[in-house]
Amino acid sequence: MILRLFSRRASMLPRDAGGERWLAALIAVLCFLACLSAVGAVAADRAAHGWARQLRSEATVQVRPRVGETGAEAAARAAETLAGVPGVAEAEAMDRKTAEALLRPWLGDAVLPDLPIPHLVTVRLDKAGPASAVSLSRALASAGLDATVDDHSLWRGEVERSAALITVLALAAFLLTAGAAGAAVAYATRAGMAAQTGVIETLSLNGASDSAIAGLYQLRYGLVAAVAGGVGAAVAMALVAGLRFLGGAEGVTPALPLMWSDVLILSPCPLLAATVALAAARFTALARLKGRH
Amino acid sequence: MSVQPRRATRSAPATDTVRLSGVGFGYAATHRALRNVNLTLPSGSFHFLTGPSGAGKSTLLKLLTLQERPDAGTLHLFGEDATMAPRRALPDFRRRTGVVFQDFRLLDHLSVFDNVALPLRLAGGKQIDYAADVEEMLDWVGLGDRTEDRPPSLSGGEKQRLAIARAVVAGPDLILADEPTGSVDAKMGERLLKLFQSLNRLGATVLIASHDEALAERSGATVLRLEGGRLHGGGA
Repeated sequence: MILRLFSRRASMLPRDAGGERWLAALIAVLCFLACLSAVGAVAADRAAHGWARQLRSEATVQVRPRVGETGAEAAARAAETLAGVPGVAEAEAMDRKTAEALLRPWLGDAVLPDLPIPHLVTVRLDKAGPASAVSLSRALASAGLDATVDDHSLWRGEVERSAALITVLALAAFLLTAGAAGAAVAYATRAGMAAQTGVIETLSLNGASDSAIAGLYQLRYGLVAAVAGGVGAAVAMALVAGLRFLGGAEGVTPALPLMWSDVLILSPCPLLAATVALAAARFTALARLKGRH
Repeated sequence: MSVQPRRATRSAPATDTVRLSGVGFGYAATHRALRNVNLTLPSGSFHFLTGPSGAGKSTLLKLLTLQERPDAGTLHLFGEDATMAPRRALPDFRRRTGVVFQDFRLLDHLSVFDNVALPLRLAGGKQIDYAADVEEMLDWVGLGDRTEDRPPSLSGGEKQRLAIARAVVAGPDLILADEPTGSVDAKMGERLLKLFQSLNRLGATVLIASHDEALAERSGATVLRLEGGRLHGGGA
């Protein structure tokens, strides 16, 4: 009697009638995939923002020399002009040697000496208040220089759009995964209830409300999802931690830079899996109980 | 056999526990299981419902447990119209009704103790509060030494006693029993009858459906007879 007061009460539902092991395995795999897509999205977004930030802090100016002026002289004058513009941290004329070094990997040594290479000025912008392309162009025009300013806005836009697309795709993947997990729980709930018709009827005849019966299925599948979600998240965490450990701050590729904090963002996965399971089990159970009468 | 169920502290309601007026029910359009049944069970009354197989006894109990609804007439339980009671209202009616099913409807995955405790758990009770009542109830029906066993390991008579213990443990206002002595020997049948009589003395309204007319006569209860879906006898 005394022992009974402290013993755990048995579940009012029979065990494993809804294929719980199969469901747990499926949810664990889905959670693993959801975790990977979440980390992938975060890493891709981080890489894209890093690239965009870098592009935003630089501009390239192409200078066309006037009659009687060499390209190097025009570039030096442009660099001097730009250095005085507010929002410019540094402006440096690119010498021919540096320009040839940039082109050598694509064109080779043979043609470079005869190639007319554009005269460029590399501008590093002030990170706190960068100068705009318009203000740079205006300063160059005032100094009587024929030049074109490229603030990399085209590339930056592409990179930012790509980052947004990857985030949307990751969100879609996450929602699809959550939907698949919810559908699996709903299916298991239906199967469990079909196998336990007699039990449900007995519970109902002994005073159980539909909400209480649905609560039993919620508790069962919520726990299954929480444990399975925990397993899936733990495996994903181990994988991310392993990649971070092996690849350092850049992960295995610069396109997906990983951080140790990425491991932590996976920790709510069991809670999310349980929430999806609780909702799916409740709606399914209540709908089925309502349809029974 | 001493009875100490919790309903001893409950005052008996003043209204009729059951009132059926012109109730009809059919499983199919061509087969009427119950026809124009009029029945009143006053609070604290004890009735036996007899009749041959197929007379409609189980169907009448199904109406009283709200598993089925009458397709004609009205059904009042505990003074409330339950004819078309919404599904959300059923738990309240059912918690006031203890039912001994002919097929017992025990939960095989639960222990004997947990089967008896089921109505108390479903009513929101805590194990620490009801454990003693359940143990006492199991002692009372002679299953005190089988508390941890599962129903499949019990004999037919033990299952019957277990089903009765579950039906009465919460001290219901109405006790319905469908052939409660069908699986026990005569001695146990008499013992169970005394159990129902004890509960009735404590204020519960009791209706026992049985084909054992001799037992019904010996009980001293009002005997109703159901034949071809029509009710005859006292209370009808």
